[in-house]
Amino acid sequence: MTTMMETKPGYSQPEPQPAVVHGALAEFPDVDSILTAAHTVRSAGYKVWDVHSPFPIHGIDAAIGIRPTILPWLILCGGVAGLTGGLALQWFCNAYDYQFLISGKPMFSLPANIPIIFECTVLISSLTAVFGMFALNRLPLLYNPMFKSKRFKRVTDDKFFIWIAAADKKFDEKTTPAFLQAIGAAAVEIIED
Amino acid sequence: MATEVAQLFDAIARQHNADNTTDDPRFRAPLVVGGLDIAGVTRTVCGVSERSMPPAWYVALGISLCLLGMFGTCIGYLILTGVGVWGNNIPDAWGFGIVNFVFWVGIGHAGTLISAILYLFRQNWRTGINRMAEAMTIFAVMCAGVFPGIHVGRPWLAYYLFPIPNQMSLWPQFRSPLLWDVFAVGTYATVSLIFWYTGMVPDIATFRDRATSKIKQFVYGIFALGWNGSSRHWHRYERAYLILAALATPLVLSVHSVVSFDFAVSQVPGWHTTIFPPYFVAGAIYGGFAMVLCLVIPARELFGLKDVITKRHIDNMAKILLATSMMVGYSYLMEFFVAAYGNNKFERFTFFNRVFGPYWWGWCIMTFCNVVSPQIVWSKKLRSNMVILWIAAVFGNVGMWFERFEIIVTSLTRDFVPSSWHQFTPTWVDLCTLAGSFGLFGTMFCLFCKYLPTVAMAEVKTVLPQAHAHGGHLGPDAKRTDYRPDEHSDPDLDAPRFANR
Repeated sequence: MTTMMETKPGYSQPEPQPAVVHGALAEFPDVDSILTAAHTVRSAGYKVWDVHSPFPIHGIDAAIGIRPTILPWLILCGGVAGLTGGLALQWFCNAYDYQFLISGKPMFSLPANIPIIFECTVLISSLTAVFGMFALNRLPLLYNPMFKSKRFKRVTDDKFFIWIAAADKKFDEKTTPAFLQAIGAAAVEIIED
Repeated sequence: MATEVAQLFDAIARQHNADNTTDDPRFRAPLVVGGLDIAGVTRTVCGVSERSMPPAWYVALGISLCLLGMFGTCIGYLILTGVGVWGNNIPDAWGFGIVNFVFWVGIGHAGTLISAILYLFRQNWRTGINRMAEAMTIFAVMCAGVFPGIHVGRPWLAYYLFPIPNQMSLWPQFRSPLLWDVFAVGTYATVSLIFWYTGMVPDIATFRDRATSKIKQFVYGIFALGWNGSSRHWHRYERAYLILAALATPLVLSVHSVVSFDFAVSQVPGWHTTIFPPYFVAGAIYGGFAMVLCLVIPARELFGLKDVITKRHIDNMAKILLATSMMVGYSYLMEFFVAAYGNNKFERFTFFNRVFGPYWWGWCIMTFCNVVSPQIVWSKKLRSNMVILWIAAVFGNVGMWFERFEIIVTSLTRDFVPSSWHQFTPTWVDLCTLAGSFGLFGTMFCLFCKYLPTVAMAEVKTVLPQAHAHGGHLGPDAKRTDYRPDEHSDPDLDAPRFANR
């Protein structure tokens, strides 16, 4: 079949690229089925996989084997930074750079500085909590091949999904979907470009 | 007997707008009624924005926009002409401006209490109302933040409040409560905003996935940050949420305490008292819950949220309203006792003046609205009546405004030396600015109801029976009788745990 392209001199149709497979997405109807399926996927030896749900499932961390995050330690560092920052700010401004004598209070008055030190601690910890959480989750992640799936739109509604990435060593385009069907998936699709 | 109660709770869970306020210590009352399952919750909450808004919403938005216009005009007039357009004078240099500031900041605290403190106390019922309450907090703090900026004589120098290097090499006075306020309210606004937004990300993702137009898909998509419900993400999310709740909790208590220091650290009689921090915090929570009730009672009717914001939610909030009003009443009593018993004639006079002086009517309104009117909550019949409860909530807001009015105006207009005494009369600009601030609040809240998730869907879903697994024998048709979160392996639930009483 000739196309317009073929008639142009010095130009040839590009070779069709083979579709890049990103992974397999399996849909489950409820919490029980996804929990048992998650245990099975983990015992089967898959490493690069995840469970997607509309709300955090109680017991899923143990099923997948999620290690506790280091976020609380980051928040602690943020809190200490806020504390020292608040203290340093007040010391520098009122007790060092432009010394301010107000009603006989000491230049560096720790009790009077406590409210602002406390607020700075809370502020920096909270900012660390939020931005740290999003950073560790690698969000914003605005392009995600999973979003190509129409079924996946219900992940934020009432359906549960298991995603096994093609990058996983045990992933195979034929056997992995069959395995997912066998452990109770209502539907399995291969996500590809 | 136990199975009968469980079956009763099941029947309640299936009825639309059921009365789930009954309590049995053996079973948790259903928090979502109307037979809603996980998809039902999504449908109910997303329906608020997806359906066309009820006419009452347009009326509310219209009125709010008019008041907002009035707000902007009054502020413009104030800045162009000067603080003299307000009723402020010497000695009463802090008039409506600061009354309004403390009023709005106080209202904000209920939202954070519901989100953070009730979360730490594992009160699952907070999931129905925490989104609206947090939104209320953000908008109340926005309204509050306007007043310190505009109440100064030269608002264009408001940046002096912040430690910004300037041409005079001057820094703010960090040992002053006015500066503590800047940091406290600033921190509170920031933390509330990020807490609210973080909570909304999964729900905005739901909006994104259900979006019908390209614009909605794009905008919700940006704000959802690509959230995809990954359990690894949820793990970090839950940790961050818990720690944010733990950080926001001391904020609820400390921010309004710092605001109270604006008064307590001064020497003015009626202000210089150590009761102020707990007094203000209790009052703030009372006023805040009054405002939450004012908003939630009509919202659940108008937007069809009765199955998610149930009668139990309203009942619990009413009880907190009563509890905090009792704390406020106790504080009033203690203030009077200390003034009468202590040997400070100025303090004694101040309280005599509050009841019998020129602003006695404000004191009467304050006492009636804050101490007397919430007592109706003792009666189950009265607190179940939504109209009566709503009126009591409105009284709560009015009473809390008058409390700040009494504190500020009576103490300042009648301080130590009678030659300094001078009456305070609000001008029309004062009154219009106050009304206008409700316009800002109302506009933001109406827009929130239209464009953002009004209920924390992901959190509400976690309190449904279907959210918990039971070794494989619970399916999507799970009934309440099958859901026993506190039971480990007790086969015979009918047997009384404490026999032979």
